[in-house]
Amino acid sequence: MNTQVNNGNGTKVRQKGEKHYVMIYSRYERFWHWSQAMLIFVLFYTGLGLHGLHNLLNFQLAVTIHTYAALVLIVLWIFTTFWNFTTGQWRQYLFKEGVMKVIRFYAYGILKGEPHPYKKGLQRKQNALQSLAYMSFMLLIGPALWASGMIYLIYDLWSGYAWSSQGLTLIAFVHTAAAYLMGTFVIIHVYMTTTGKTPTHYIKTMITGYDNVELTEAEKAYIEETHAISMKD
Amino acid sequence: MHKPRILAIKSSTLACLCAFLLGISNQIPASTDHETGTAPADSNMNFRIVEDTQPSIRDDGESTADHTKFEILQGPFESGPEVTKACLSCHTEAGRHFMQSIHWTWEYDHPDTGQKLGKKTLINTFCTNAKGNEGMCAQCHAGYGWKDENFDFTNQDNIDCLVCHDRTGAYYKTPNSTGNKACSVMFEGKQPIPWEKVAQNVGKPGRENCGACHFYGGGGDGVKHGDLDSSLKAPSRELDVHMDADGLNFACTTCHVTRQHLWAGSRYNVMAHDTEGLGLPGERRDVATCESCHSESPHSNTELTGIKLNGHVDKIACQTCHIPTIARGGVATKTEWDWRTAGKTKNGEGFKEKNYTQANGAHRATYKSIKGSFEYGENLVPHYDWFDGQMVYTTIETRFDPAKGPVEINGFNGSHDDGRSRIWPFKRMHTVQPYDKGNNTMVYMHLWGNDDDAYWGNYDFGRAIKVGMQKNSIPYSGEYDFVETYSFWPITHMVAPSENALSCNECHSREGRLNDLEGFYMPGRDSFRWLDILGYLALGGALIGVLLHGLLRKLFSKKNQQRDAS
Ligand code: HEM
Repeated sequence: MNTQVNNGNGTKVRQKGEKHYVMIYSRYERFWHWSQAMLIFVLFYTGLGLHGLHNLLNFQLAVTIHTYAALVLIVLWIFTTFWNFTTGQWRQYLFKEGVMKVIRFYAYGILKGEPHPYKKGLQRKQNALQSLAYMSFMLLIGPALWASGMIYLIYDLWSGYAWSSQGLTLIAFVHTAAAYLMGTFVIIHVYMTTTGKTPTHYIKTMITGYDNVELTEAEKAYIEETHAISMKD
Repeated sequence: MHKPRILAIKSSTLACLCAFLLGISNQIPASTDHETGTAPADSNMNFRIVEDTQPSIRDDGESTADHTKFEILQGPFESGPEVTKACLSCHTEAGRHFMQSIHWTWEYDHPDTGQKLGKKTLINTFCTNAKGNEGMCAQCHAGYGWKDENFDFTNQDNIDCLVCHDRTGAYYKTPNSTGNKACSVMFEGKQPIPWEKVAQNVGKPGRENCGACHFYGGGGDGVKHGDLDSSLKAPSRELDVHMDADGLNFACTTCHVTRQHLWAGSRYNVMAHDTEGLGLPGERRDVATCESCHSESPHSNTELTGIKLNGHVDKIACQTCHIPTIARGGVATKTEWDWRTAGKTKNGEGFKEKNYTQANGAHRATYKSIKGSFEYGENLVPHYDWFDGQMVYTTIETRFDPAKGPVEINGFNGSHDDGRSRIWPFKRMHTVQPYDKGNNTMVYMHLWGNDDDAYWGNYDFGRAIKVGMQKNSIPYSGEYDFVETYSFWPITHMVAPSENALSCNECHSREGRLNDLEGFYMPGRDSFRWLDILGYLALGGALIGVLLHGLLRKLFSKKNQQRDAS
């Protein structure tokens, strides 16, 4: 199978790649993805509730669930940051070229039935747009939420200062704004997962961890030799 | 921890006295009550009718003295002052102590505002002024015979020990001067006081002693405060977890701790936030605050809700959550009073209409010729506001601008960002009462007396005000009108069991109890309008966008399939 791929540093190479079912999302990665998803859903739901947008939970319950979920999420983020750095996976989020191509694809190509301009590979799990989106998620929306959330949480420790009244308004504003951004991100993100070969393809991948990706000869040989990554065929 | 400052607080209890005094008038003569016709004079009064004369607090056997064994108390006694003499012959310092008390002086010099307060001079929003009406009002003065300015405040024999220390229930007080014959009739026909029995059965005050005046402030049962009425004589746990007759059964003095006959818990100088909390063993706390027993972090620090609630203590008075509503005991409190309608007569006589039936079944007057018309409330949600403990009174000297809306007879200080105030519950009383139209001051009315100028008899505001001002040497323009007033009564009794405290939602919601308080952000109540609109747009836009995109994908994939097929 001959395809044109982007190797990540901009040069186009013609490469022979064979597709194999390999585990591209390790068990930890899937665990943190789904638990984060659940926690964010819970946080969003209870957050909107205590913001007064719905009355499905009483305030006390909403605050209690929101606080515990937030604490768990923070622990999860700490672990994941640690994981990202020890495994080197953080490189996945680095800026990649070809964002415009990907945008063009989603805006137009996908409708014409064109192939995705970006091929998934072992070291390239995310396309350029994904990296950008996740990067801003991890570096902007996420931190804005947890930083403002933490400050909000310890309100009682700073409520005595003269600026506490303005401080609370500011923190609540930032937190609420970031929450809306997070919600918007989640909606688009969930939709994007339906744009694979079949609508559930990506979702299944994130559940099972396996995807059919092109392996270079070297990767294949390495996997067969070391069994460092499981491969189904 | 003896704090002289706090000692000064003593007085709170007193304050209610006067109102009560005035209140007596409430029970106006049955003869004028056309509805009840020939019923006994006080059969339809809500004022100090004591059916249950049992002591609220049991004798705990703690006393080292049995007063029945004292020779000097064997009598015979003909009058109160004779008993007082006997008391003071052993309690040699009690008279000196008591004379500093606001229960005696009816005066309070506010240390911070410099205002001269106390029932002796203040105006209120009920029967308006004790001043000049002492013959009636001073039946709640803890003394004998104060009916005019000639009363001797230095004579210890004039102290009334029994009103507070009688444990028989047989002691009572009547006005110190006869009013108009229409009024005096309601104090006739009482059993004479058995002086010897009463003198020999003295003890620490029970709730019924304090309550004899303080439950009836404003002129009738529960009228003034909303959190103090006769239902606290023997309350259920639900009504008051501390005074619960079958439970803790606190006396008033359990919290209003006393030193040298000075009581903690002043309403003139409120400790709105006790930042010291518990005293150490051996330390005496001369405060009546919740914190002095429950500490500054009364909720459990081992669970989230408790931690969060403890975080509220700096901004929210305990009373705000723990007294969900007032007037819960079956006795109503007055909320509106309109003096303008007073003075109507039928066949030349005053009358009453009793169109309010309270939860305990008693009928309350909604109109009285001597006072005007009233409205009542029960199970009432209090008025909430930031309060730093400082009341600012409109006294007889204060000039105000009647165009500026209701005059706050006892306004108060406080704000969300002064670092001292907390949100407190108040009973807010709304009244329309006479004022001096020329001088823009409040007025003293001459209400009580058996002369022709007393309002309670002649129903003539013009004369009652003129004489009331003259008698007390207050300048009067000669012209009166009516002005709207508010008075505010900090709420602190009728503490409910913890399971009945307010839930978070009561305030943290869009239509919560604190909706009227502005200037600070409160989660659940407040939001940012534009941010919410933008947020909705972003969320909605994303949703619509992906739906559209999905739809297009679907449409095109069909087209592509057709194209591929052909
Ligand atoms: C990990 C971090 C987070 C922490 C520590 C945190 C903490 C908090 C705290 C303490 C509050 C105020 C609750 C109170 O009134 O006591 C709050 C409110 C809120 N949270 Fe979070 N939260 C976090 C994450 C999130 C996420 C992920 C979302 C949404 C996706 C979210 C949405 C909201 C919203 C909408 C409010 C209401 C804001 C308001 O009305 O003032 N939070 N959060």
